[in-house]
Amino acid sequence: MGYYLLRRLLIVIPSLLGISLLLFMVLALAPGDPFEELATNPAVPPEVRASLRTKFGLDDPVPVRYVRWITAMAHGDWGFSFVSRVDVDKLILQRLPTTLFVIGSAQILAILVALPVGVFAATRPYSLFDQIASTLALIGFSLPTFFTGLLFILVFSIYLDWLPFVYRADLAAVGWRWYWEQFRQSIMPITVFGLAVGASMTRYVRSAVLDVIRLDYVTTARAKGLGERKVVVKHVVRNALIPVVTLVMLQMPAIFGGAIVTEQIFRIPGIGSLLISSILANDTPVVMAVTFVFACLVVLFNLIADILYGWLDPRISYS
Amino acid sequence: MDGSTRALATVEAGAAAPTRARGFSPGLEAWRRFRRHRLALASGAILIAMVLAIALGPLVWNVPINEIDFTARLKGPSWAHPLGTDDLGQDLLARMLYGGRISLAVGLAAMFVAIGVGTIVGATAGMSRGAVGSVLMWLTDLFLSLPQLPLLLLVMYLFQNSFKIMFGPEGGVFILIVVVIGGLRWMPVARLVRAQFLSLREKEFVEAARALGASKTRQVVRHILPNALGPVIVAATIDVAAAIIAESTLSFLGLGFPPDIPTWGRILYDAKDYLDIAPHWAMFPGAAIFLAVLTINFIGDGLRDALDPRRVL
Repeated sequence: MGYYLLRRLLIVIPSLLGISLLLFMVLALAPGDPFEELATNPAVPPEVRASLRTKFGLDDPVPVRYVRWITAMAHGDWGFSFVSRVDVDKLILQRLPTTLFVIGSAQILAILVALPVGVFAATRPYSLFDQIASTLALIGFSLPTFFTGLLFILVFSIYLDWLPFVYRADLAAVGWRWYWEQFRQSIMPITVFGLAVGASMTRYVRSAVLDVIRLDYVTTARAKGLGERKVVVKHVVRNALIPVVTLVMLQMPAIFGGAIVTEQIFRIPGIGSLLISSILANDTPVVMAVTFVFACLVVLFNLIADILYGWLDPRISYS
Repeated sequence: MDGSTRALATVEAGAAAPTRARGFSPGLEAWRRFRRHRLALASGAILIAMVLAIALGPLVWNVPINEIDFTARLKGPSWAHPLGTDDLGQDLLARMLYGGRISLAVGLAAMFVAIGVGTIVGATAGMSRGAVGSVLMWLTDLFLSLPQLPLLLLVMYLFQNSFKIMFGPEGGVFILIVVVIGGLRWMPVARLVRAQFLSLREKEFVEAARALGASKTRQVVRHILPNALGPVIVAATIDVAAAIIAESTLSFLGLGFPPDIPTWGRILYDAKDYLDIAPHWAMFPGAAIFLAVLTINFIGDGLRDALDPRRVL
């Protein structure tokens, strides 16, 4: 097990390096430069601009700049936001918990919906329930989150006026009131996002259970007189979940994309909305750092998927 | 050979007429199975209607997309403006018809980029028995673990201006969006094609072709690729839907097409701040995106059943 973990961890390094290299190449190939705004400012003489460029090493060859950037990133020196005048790592750390909260709760909601529906549909394939569930899953999978988000705001905030449509990180309430307000403002974003994730997850669960339920060992379990409930829960679902776990983890890049859109619709102050506002404000250090954080999170979840896979499936050998 | 089959056919003509008359080809067989999927069939009809409306609609409804009329601001649906107007009094039906052309064109073009790159990478990896294959698969895995939307946004942010200068404001953004969306969606196709190639290249009919002296290109193009096509067609269908969503998402976040090119996502982006006074403005483009994506996904589902050779119906 230890050796397996070590090997997986060692594979992470080249993929992180590859991703960072790709990101840096995109930045280096891009036209324009971070001091463009100074060029249009008449108060800054061209000599000052040139000396700033040499100071930050913008005239060095690309490989040199890449090595400098990656070592600085590794040392935790992520640069300085041009717009908010704060260190980038502080800015991101301040907003990361909100994003992780939204993603985490949406995933939990998705699992709570997808697991029972998917299993129930697969144990009665082509029944009425299965057909309705599959159709609804395909509809949910085709509904873009930005449209459902706007629909929810229109119905629940504007017409019914039940829920707030702006998410606030600095709620004025304290104690139980705070939890209540937090719950109220989280309902819409998490439902919209969670149902979108849950729809595709239902499809995975259904097909995974369908693959397993026809195997001989399930027939054996039934033949020895176990109740249907026990057969499904203890024998079928346990094995069916192995591919589902991997698929869910591999879906992470798409889930981060969904998080960005959700944060933008409901104005949740997470790193997704930070990315959009930095892009619109030409704040290159923040844009690069947030993209890199997203990439790191994806790699991290892939690693977790690999480890979970090894742990869940005894057929995988650790050597 | 030809003559003997015909003679046989005349002899059996009486008994076998119904089946013979229908004829058998892989395409017909797939169509016969596709028709059984009622939702897919209905989706096909709706999608064709949408495409026709988008293609021919502007000829019938020839209201300019940028005619500003402040007396008709934010009006709901009426006879003069069937889908209402936006905050500048521009006719939404005309804008939606125009935007639909762009949204669907982006979807199709990005799909061709993704399928093209994916097939080439997958086929090369599937045919090579050496380092090339593993390097290509490592690259595929690397691309798969990229966070797609952040990267899309980053590329749009960095390259938008220079593409606008190079190819004009409309063409530049179109080319950039198509290349970037296609360039981040080829990986599943590559894996699919590689898996197909790995099993097909060991099959007897390929071995027979090889024994007859077929070159590697001929083996791939004439023998392996046609047999790997089914799953690729399904993936291509789903990719069109995904590309439409990706383009709409970019436009919705304000980083896609400029305001004078009203794609569905862009109209939604402009409408989202007027949700309380003019909900129709957001509902129509949102519903159009949803309907297009849903019908394409249903067609993909139907095709998956129709093109699966193991399935007997």
